[in-house]
Amino acid sequence: MDWINAVVQGILVGGLYALFATGLSLIFGIMRLVNIAHGDLIVLASFLGLVIVTGLGLYPLVALLIVVPLMFALGYALQRGLLNFTLGSDILPPLLVTFGLSIIIQNALLEIFSADSQKLPAGPLQTASMQIAEGLAVGVFPVIVFACAVVVIAGLQLLLYRTALGAAFRATSDDPDTARLMGIDNRHIFALAMAISLAVVALAGVFLGMRTAFDPSIGPGRLIYAFEAVIIGGLGSLWGTLVGGIVLGVSQIIGGKLFPGADQLAGHVVFLIILVFRPRGLFPRAMD
Amino acid sequence: MSLLHTRNLTAFYGDFQALFGINFAVDSGETVAIIGANGAGKSTFLRSLTGLLINDADAIRFKGKAIGALPANHIVGAGIAMVPEGRKLFPSLSVEENLKIGNYSGREGPWSVERIMDLFPFMRQRRHNPGAALSGGQQQMVAIGRALMSNPDLLLCDEISLGLAPTVIKDIYDTLPAIQETGTTVVVVEQDIQQAMAVADRVYCFMEGRVTLEGPPGNLSHDAIREAYFGLKGAV
Ligand SMILES: Nc1ncnc2c1ncn2[C@@H]1O[C@H](COP(=O)(O)OP(=O)(O)O)[C@@H](O)[C@H]1O
Ligand SMILES: [Mg+2]
Repeated sequence: MDWINAVVQGILVGGLYALFATGLSLIFGIMRLVNIAHGDLIVLASFLGLVIVTGLGLYPLVALLIVVPLMFALGYALQRGLLNFTLGSDILPPLLVTFGLSIIIQNALLEIFSADSQKLPAGPLQTASMQIAEGLAVGVFPVIVFACAVVVIAGLQLLLYRTALGAAFRATSDDPDTARLMGIDNRHIFALAMAISLAVVALAGVFLGMRTAFDPSIGPGRLIYAFEAVIIGGLGSLWGTLVGGIVLGVSQIIGGKLFPGADQLAGHVVFLIILVFRPRGLFPRAMD
Repeated sequence: MSLLHTRNLTAFYGDFQALFGINFAVDSGETVAIIGANGAGKSTFLRSLTGLLINDADAIRFKGKAIGALPANHIVGAGIAMVPEGRKLFPSLSVEENLKIGNYSGREGPWSVERIMDLFPFMRQRRHNPGAALSGGQQQMVAIGRALMSNPDLLLCDEISLGLAPTVIKDIYDTLPAIQETGTTVVVVEQDIQQAMAVADRVYCFMEGRVTLEGPPGNLSHDAIREAYFGLKGAV
């Protein structure tokens, strides 16, 4: 039962990692942009949550109603006003610019909020748990986070494969010039993609802040988890990203049980092992 | 007045100049063919007309409006559609999705997915297949259908016969009258001179970024064409 318990906890943690990774996966899939600032944007969302929670006295989950639209708008503006100008046949400019952005966000957060650890008050949800079988209890909050990850990914999947906008996303990803011949404004499509990416980042950031302490320096660590989840799942596959997050979460918890203190290391090792045997991830997209 | 004309149109790839002052016109209802050897600048010319390469506004006039500086995504809404060289279907879209996205601009007119499928009936069975799963000729037909879905006033076809068997080329060209019947004017780019002469009311020949010959097929002698096409004088 102990082991089953560990696996279940790992799966649920994987939901949070999947939320870290989904936005990264989406924009890489649509515009081949690797956003080095992704982790710092997650932390930025945590701090935005903090400002709203303390400023307006809202419960963190209610603050999402403000943080998500704000991050959506920020994503649109960031892509339209800056990142679109870095896209081209050369993949280096977007890497450099988002790397710079990462440093700017970290330093700005440090300047405004100091290096102190912060936490979003989750209240009773922090410790609430439910019994799902004899000897097996799960936290209510991790279940909520996991359910959100599934709903977000299912929603994005519907958007991409069942709507006209989704077809425009895929067409632009396939061939931006030919997409323009159809009347598709690439700059708008890319900006919408980044907006959606950061809306998911907003969820991830607020959940992160409710789960653990955060400070301005932890962005790059979240970026690594996101990268690993995306690569394990297979580039461009959103459901794969969820599986990648779960693999990472389960590896960490089991690793931590076997070798106390080695949970993070266990996640990285499993990632490397998968990279060796399945370099294209578990669910590579057929095309590319 | 012509449907579209260009005045002294130039095009560059970085420092490399690909077109040197093209003067071109097509009237409503007229079928024009552009011929020329590989690298003559035919595709570059179509890329300029469709806004993928930007020009001075006045270099291209379409239905009286200066459109030379419009970006590509505004051109299709103005009424110009292109079947690009190499078909360029979207591989992650099904046949039907490829057609539907052709009408992303929302331009109204006679064409619909069903009507395209009447024109090319094989698509009914292949509706949900990815575009890449089709034969070359079928892909070409989807590319034509996708362009028609925007209900264009002017349809630009870049080497639609390239790499296809003669019977397939004939099938494709046999659909031209049905397309023109809806009021769409057609410009075809062809390397195959015979094919161009057979369909065109008027022919332009390009060589090294310049128009070297222009006129109705009947008025052009073999020698004149050979010289304009290959840049060679006398017999080859
Ligand atoms: N993307 C490009 N970058 C640089 N040069 C190009 C590019 N596309 C075409 N060219 C050059 O422009 C000239 C005209 O090419 P193109 O318009 O494709 O000719 P055509 O369609 O008549 O075969 C050629 O010399 C070709 O090498
Ligand atoms: Mg060409």
